[in-house]
Amino acid sequence: MLKYILKRLLIMAVTLWIIVTLTFVLMVSIPGSPLNEERGTNETVQKNLEAHYNLDEPYHIQYLLYLKSIVTLDFGPSIKQPNQTVNDLLGRGFPISFELGIVTILVAVFSGIILGIVAALKHNGIIDYMAMSLAVLGISIPNFVLATLLIQQLAVKYEIFPVATWSSPAHMVLPIIALATGPMAIIARLTRSTMLEVLTQDYIKMARAKGLSPWKIVFKHALKNALMPVVTIMGTLLAGILTGTFVIEKIFAIPGMGKYFVESINQRDYPVIMGTTVFYSAFLIFMLFLVDIAYGILDPRIKIHKKGGES
Amino acid sequence: MEKILDVKDLHVTFTTYGGTVKAVRGVNFHLNKGETLAIVGESGCGKSVTSNAIMRLIPDPPGKISNGSIHFHGKDLVRLSEKQMRNIRGVDISMIFQDPMTALNPTLTIGTQLMEGLRQHKKITGEEAKQKALEMMNLVGIPNPEERLKQYPHQFSGGMRQRIVIAMALICEPELLIADEPTTALDVTIQAQILELFNRIQEATGVSIILITHDLGVVAKIADRIAVMYAGKIIEVGTKREIFYQAQHPYTKGLLKSVPRLDLQGEKLTPIDGTPPDLFSPPVGCPFTARCPFAMEVCDKVYPGTTELSDAHKVDCWLQDERAKQLLASTANN
Repeated sequence: MLKYILKRLLIMAVTLWIIVTLTFVLMVSIPGSPLNEERGTNETVQKNLEAHYNLDEPYHIQYLLYLKSIVTLDFGPSIKQPNQTVNDLLGRGFPISFELGIVTILVAVFSGIILGIVAALKHNGIIDYMAMSLAVLGISIPNFVLATLLIQQLAVKYEIFPVATWSSPAHMVLPIIALATGPMAIIARLTRSTMLEVLTQDYIKMARAKGLSPWKIVFKHALKNALMPVVTIMGTLLAGILTGTFVIEKIFAIPGMGKYFVESINQRDYPVIMGTTVFYSAFLIFMLFLVDIAYGILDPRIKIHKKGGES
Repeated sequence: MEKILDVKDLHVTFTTYGGTVKAVRGVNFHLNKGETLAIVGESGCGKSVTSNAIMRLIPDPPGKISNGSIHFHGKDLVRLSEKQMRNIRGVDISMIFQDPMTALNPTLTIGTQLMEGLRQHKKITGEEAKQKALEMMNLVGIPNPEERLKQYPHQFSGGMRQRIVIAMALICEPELLIADEPTTALDVTIQAQILELFNRIQEATGVSIILITHDLGVVAKIADRIAVMYAGKIIEVGTKREIFYQAQHPYTKGLLKSVPRLDLQGEKLTPIDGTPPDLFSPPVGCPFTARCPFAMEVCDKVYPGTTELSDAHKVDCWLQDERAKQLLASTANN
C-alpha cells in the first residue's frame, strides 16, 4: 500500500510539473505583459519594474524562478495588486471555493445515488419515469442557464433566497443547486442502470434465499457493487464541478478563487496565474488520487498490495 | 415416512409481451424426510421454476404462481406473506444455485456472507456466529477456516466457492435444501467431490434434498427418487432403481439412451429427435407426442392419466392403458 502511494505521489508530481510547464509556455506566448499598459510610464520606471518582477530575465530563468516559487510554496506578490501576495489571495478565496465545491459534491452524490436507487427499485414505475425525466433535464441544462433561472425565479420574483454573495447558509442554496444538478443527474442515471443490473445477479438471489430483508439486500449487497461505476466517473465529475465553480462564482458574485483565476489571465498577472493554476491542478490531482483509493476500498478485487502475488 | 413437502397441482405462469408462458403446468410431488429427490429434464422444462416457486423466489411480475399449493410442514407456502416467507427462507428451506462464481457477493468477505443468515434469523452473539461458521467450513471441507473467513470470493477456486455456498445454505440447519444444478458449472473431478459432500452432509444433518439437474450421472450418484419433468409436467416419477431399470415413459427411455455409457461399448448414442413444445401454447394432449416414436392419435388429443405401477413409480402415458398394450401386441404379431 505504502509503495503504491509513494508511486502515485511521484506520478502526481510529474503530472503537476507538466501542467506548470504548459501553463508557463501558454502564459508567455499570449501577447502582452502585466506592465505594458498605456500609463505613460517612462522607460526607466518600466525597466525597474521589469527587473523587480524578474521579467527582464530570459524565459528559462523565469521558468526556473517559477518552479522555485512552487517548490517553496511562495508565489510572491501579485503584480496587479502589489499590496497582496498570491498566497493571501489563495488563502482568502480557497476556503469559500472549497466550501462551495465540497457541499456541491456531497449534495450531488447523495441525492444522485438516492434518486438512482429509488428509480431502480420502482423500475418502470411512475417514480422511475419522473426521476429519469428530471435527470435528463439536469444533464441537458447548462449550470449557468440554471443559475440565472434560479436567480430570476427564486431570488428576484419570489424573494425566497438572497441573490448573491456568500455570507449565510441561505446564500449557499442557489449556487449549490445550480452547480450540483448536472452531476446529480449523471450520478442518478448511472446508479439506476448499474443498480438494475446488479439486482439481477445471482448473489442478490442468494441473499433473498437467505431470507434477508429487502432493505439489507439493497444497502448491504447491491449498493456497494452498484457504486463502482459511480466512483469511476467521480474523477470526471470533480473536474466538471471544479470548472463549474468559476462560472457559478462569477454569476453569484461569490468571492472565491475562481474570480482571481479568470481575472489574472485577463490581466496577465503572471504570479497569480501560476499560483491559481498550480493550486487548482494540485487539488484536482489529489482528489483523483482519493477516488482511486476509494475504488480499492469498495472493490476488494482491486487490491493495491497483495502478499500472494495478485497485483 | 414423514412427508415434509407436498406440492399439489402447481401452476406457474410468466406474462410477457408475446403472451403468457405456462412454465409449470400442474406439478405434483412430495418429499420425505431425509430423502433426496432429483428432478431431471432438459433445459426449459420448468424444473428451476418449480424450485424457485417453492422458495417463492419467482419474480412477480412477470411470474406468478397461478394455482396449486406447496405444503411444507402443513403450512401452505403459496399463501404466506412475503414477510412470513422471509422467516422460512434460509432457516427451514435453503437454496444452492448453479454457478458458484456468481452466487457470492464479490465485495463482502466470506465470513460476512456466511454469518449474515445466522445473524438475521437467530439471536446469537458475534462470537457464537463465528464458531458456527468455522464449524460449517470444517463440515464442507475448507482448510484454514479461521483465515479463510476474512477473505473475499475472488480468492477462492470454483469448487471452494461451491463449498462455501453449501455451507451458507446449511448454516441455519434447514430441513430442506434445494440444489439447482449444483455441479453443472464445475469440472468433473470437483463435481465428484461436491456430490460426495452432499452425501456426507445428508448423513450428518439428515437434511432432505431436492436436486435439480439435467445430468443423469449426478442423479445416479445421490438421488433416492427421481422425477422426470417435460414441458412443465412431471411425466414419470419413481425410485432411482425404477427409473434407471424399468423406465416406462418413452421420454424417460429416450433420456437414458442419450447418455453416453462406458460399459456398453459400440452401442450407438440415440438422441431424442425434435424439440420441446412451445410453452406459450402447450399442446392439450401429451406434450411429448410430436417426438414420441409410439405416438397414437389419442396422445395428441387427451393428456393421459397417471398410472401407479408401484408405491413410488408413477407414469403419465397412454401406453400404460390396457388397450394400448393389446394394440402393441397385435401389431407385433402381424
